[in-house]
Amino acid sequence: MTTATGSVPLYRLAHSRTGDKGDISNISLIAWDAECYQVLLAEVTEARVAQWFAYRKPVRVTRYVLPGLQAMNFVLEGVLDGGVNSALNLDAHGKSLSFHLLAQQVAVPAELAARLPDVSAVGEADFTS
Amino acid sequence: MTAPHFPCLVGCATGFSGDRTDGAPPVVRTLAARGGGTLIFETLAERTLALAQLARNQDPEAGYEPLLEDLVGPVLGDCMKHGINIVSNFGAANPPAAARRIASIAARQGLPAPRIAVIHGDALDSPEQRALLRERLGAEFDRIDVISANAYLGAQEIAQALRAGAQVVVAGRVADPSLTVGPALAHYDWSDDDWPRLGRATMAGHLLECGTQVTGGYFAVPGLKEVPGLHETGFPIAQIDADGACVIGKAENTGGKVDARTVKEQLLYEVHDPARYLTPDVVADLSQAGVTELGGDRVAVHGITGHARPRELKVNVCYRGGWLAEAEISYAGLQAEARARLAGDIVARRIGSAMRLRIDLIGAMSILADDDGALLAGVPDRHGQDVRLRVAARHDDRATAERVLREVTALYCCGPAGGGGVRTSLRPRLATLSCTVPREIVAAGWTMQESR
Repeated sequence: MTTATGSVPLYRLAHSRTGDKGDISNISLIAWDAECYQVLLAEVTEARVAQWFAYRKPVRVTRYVLPGLQAMNFVLEGVLDGGVNSALNLDAHGKSLSFHLLAQQVAVPAELAARLPDVSAVGEADFTS
Repeated sequence: MTAPHFPCLVGCATGFSGDRTDGAPPVVRTLAARGGGTLIFETLAERTLALAQLARNQDPEAGYEPLLEDLVGPVLGDCMKHGINIVSNFGAANPPAAARRIASIAARQGLPAPRIAVIHGDALDSPEQRALLRERLGAEFDRIDVISANAYLGAQEIAQALRAGAQVVVAGRVADPSLTVGPALAHYDWSDDDWPRLGRATMAGHLLECGTQVTGGYFAVPGLKEVPGLHETGFPIAQIDADGACVIGKAENTGGKVDARTVKEQLLYEVHDPARYLTPDVVADLSQAGVTELGGDRVAVHGITGHARPRELKVNVCYRGGWLAEAEISYAGLQAEARARLAGDIVARRIGSAMRLRIDLIGAMSILADDDGALLAGVPDRHGQDVRLRVAARHDDRATAERVLREVTALYCCGPAGGGGVRTSLRPRLATLSCTVPREIVAAGWTMQESR
């Protein structure tokens, strides 16, 4: 058994969709499989999600776990700049927040990281050099 | 009553007002081949009803789903021929007018007059109802210009109308899953307090209510989560058994896909506490839910139950929310991002404290930013080469809001070098307040439209 760990973005372990009601955003996080789900349980805590979204000043972050779906549901209150009816944000529904969560890095065993799906990172356009 | 076909099939052909209008024919063909069922259209978002009410204020025959004819016209004859009922909230702020329009579509197509039921009672217009809303919402209620106030009705009236033989049920504000629970209730004659079955049927409705969001729509990520034929994604069909449990599939010969992942994403969509998903019909509990892929774009959902329905009904009050001013200008090439930041700073200084501004740099930092601009200010200039400045503000006074548009337009001559492509818009805003009210003050009911 190895204890080596690596750091990977959440999108390699799970998928996600955002919903909204008023100024409350809910972000599901659905593991690819049981092993990934165990990592999510340990790594993606309320505190870490609150920290990740701190710049949006959440009033409260609640995590609900759904073991039968190998998923969790995060409810973030007060993160939508007032919600769809009053926000000035371009994405007033906060639809893009799920992909922001999926960018968070989490620690995983190295052998798990080696077989997780990935997409090749898009290189920045070479306008500058 | 004619013998029901078993099990109960419900297909959904729109997930919101403005969705694709070509979803229904493949759903209807699939339902017809399987012996009939119900076709639902979900067309009401939070503010859609207020927009419809504004339309009705202009024209007493308007105020229902603007695309009604495009949705119903192509399938009405086939639905009537194959015993497929149509249930929808496309009545919006004027269900009776929507019913008349459907009757006229049938007449024009040479069809027999369909039996059309109209659900009423969701609009809380009476002095007594408004007084209660004021009590619930407090003094703020006196300060707002109310456009619409509607309670979320449940499945009972839909079920009653279907049991009475309605072929089309036209509703305004009903809870989205109730569009599915109603047909299931009518089909199986469950008792109104059979909470586990109502909970399961509610989650079937929840899976259907966003149309293609369960059949591969809103799911694809190239390289990670592929969806075949996304340009012609089929709409979903739920098969609901006598216990309320469902199998989600989709219309035959369409694109998209249904698998465990698409179903899980939709199951949790807009859910807060999974053990307490509130609707007028039941408190659904999906905390122990599981899904099983059956192959062939079919997924069984299990482990769902329900608890006694909430004692009060949710009400949405829509009111005039001032003006939204938005203006944009682009900068490209050398020091583009620096020039865009400078432009935003100029506008902010000139507006001063007249109103709160939101400043985004599209192409550098916009979607993920915050209203106060803290993230944008904290992110160093990344030397973006293709950046669009966006300035947005809201104000109750139209002339004040318009200042934002003028200041951005003035950047053409008075701003940094090379700004181009100014676009401005000024739109009235709709805002909402929510509360709950006792069921007793909501006079929900239905009437069968007189056929002519």
